[in-house]
Amino acid sequence: MTACLSRKKNARLALAGLALACAAATIACGVELYEVPVETPIPAKLDVSAFQRVLVAGFVAGGTEDIDTNQETVRLLRSQLRTKSELRVIDADVMQLVDVAQEQNKAAANDAASGEGLTVRTPSDNTGVTALPQKIKDEKDLEPYDRLFANTAYWKRIGEEYQNPLIVTGSVLFTPRSSSGLVTRETEVYDGLGRRRVVPTRVYMERKGFLLRPKFVFIDGRTGATIYSETRKEELLYNAQQETPALSSYFELMDRIVPDFLGALSTQKIKGTRVLLK
Amino acid sequence: MHCSLRYSDNHPVMRRRDVALLVTALSLLASPAFADRREEARSQVDFGINVAQRGLWREAIYRWEKAVELDPTYAAAYNDLGIAYEHEGLLDKARKAYDKALELDPNNSQIRQNYDLFKEINDRVSQQKEKR
Repeated sequence: MTACLSRKKNARLALAGLALACAAATIACGVELYEVPVETPIPAKLDVSAFQRVLVAGFVAGGTEDIDTNQETVRLLRSQLRTKSELRVIDADVMQLVDVAQEQNKAAANDAASGEGLTVRTPSDNTGVTALPQKIKDEKDLEPYDRLFANTAYWKRIGEEYQNPLIVTGSVLFTPRSSSGLVTRETEVYDGLGRRRVVPTRVYMERKGFLLRPKFVFIDGRTGATIYSETRKEELLYNAQQETPALSSYFELMDRIVPDFLGALSTQKIKGTRVLLK
Repeated sequence: MHCSLRYSDNHPVMRRRDVALLVTALSLLASPAFADRREEARSQVDFGINVAQRGLWREAIYRWEKAVELDPTYAAAYNDLGIAYEHEGLLDKARKAYDKALELDPNNSQIRQNYDLFKEINDRVSQQKEKR
């Protein structure tokens, strides 16, 4: 019996020794981790090395009249480009492109009437030129204005006026939105023991907010040709009882869009962390 | 009295032979040349980590490239190399390094996590290129 007890004791000692050895081995040879910050550079979508300057000309704007969407968009993009791109930003008056497009349309209609120039004949329009809506309320109203961006002669002239910069233009639709329906929300519940839990519940809600749909068109000021265009759509909805000013919603939505816009012109860095191993 | 713990083996000869075999295999694996290279690779990785933490990523790349040259089975070195390439914007090289790291150590959750984060960015860049 004494021999058996002594063996048990020895076994325990051996196990303890083994555990100690394992711990020491883990410390000595175990995996060591080092978290490091990394900044992954994302190359610009466009090669703008041929340009030293950029002209944010103006936008065909539509939707709510609570804010001057054209003015605000130009102002915001210019300030972002000043700080986050290497291009020199040209300070010029904001172009009223809706008026420019209307004038061009009128001229085209006159040409069509006198039998000159190239015009698009539509069955609904006896002048042969697709009419441009005076008031832009939705995406459909914006579509005919796209012709303006394809007018290379016009943009080449603008380019010459500003010594061949990269021209940024496009259209912006900022319009109120409302929706109602079931949405998933997290609600707190307490059980009989007073323990708190968060559970997803489906509730009916009326919400209102705004939709922002900018289309950015990048034009080569030397040729007047479009080199790249990009459309984004973002929506922001609040509880119907909440009063949020249009301008603050506009900036909140633009905050989501601006990084992509800048990514077209300059290298962006995506910050993150990674784990180095030994 | 019955005793459940029995440390005196029934086949002590057999046990001794197993141990001998294990020792032989270990000593073969740990041949001086192999051990030296492995040790050298490890010290290159250590140095690389040290300089990377100070922001000297190019030097780190040099060290980790050396480490994988010395020990092509060193998964951690490939992982670190992937991170460094990613930081330098060399996304194709980063993908290859991460792939190799995962091939060598497929169950390593840290490498998998690094790779998943990288992949998110890489996919975005690939989409941009396709659009162009």
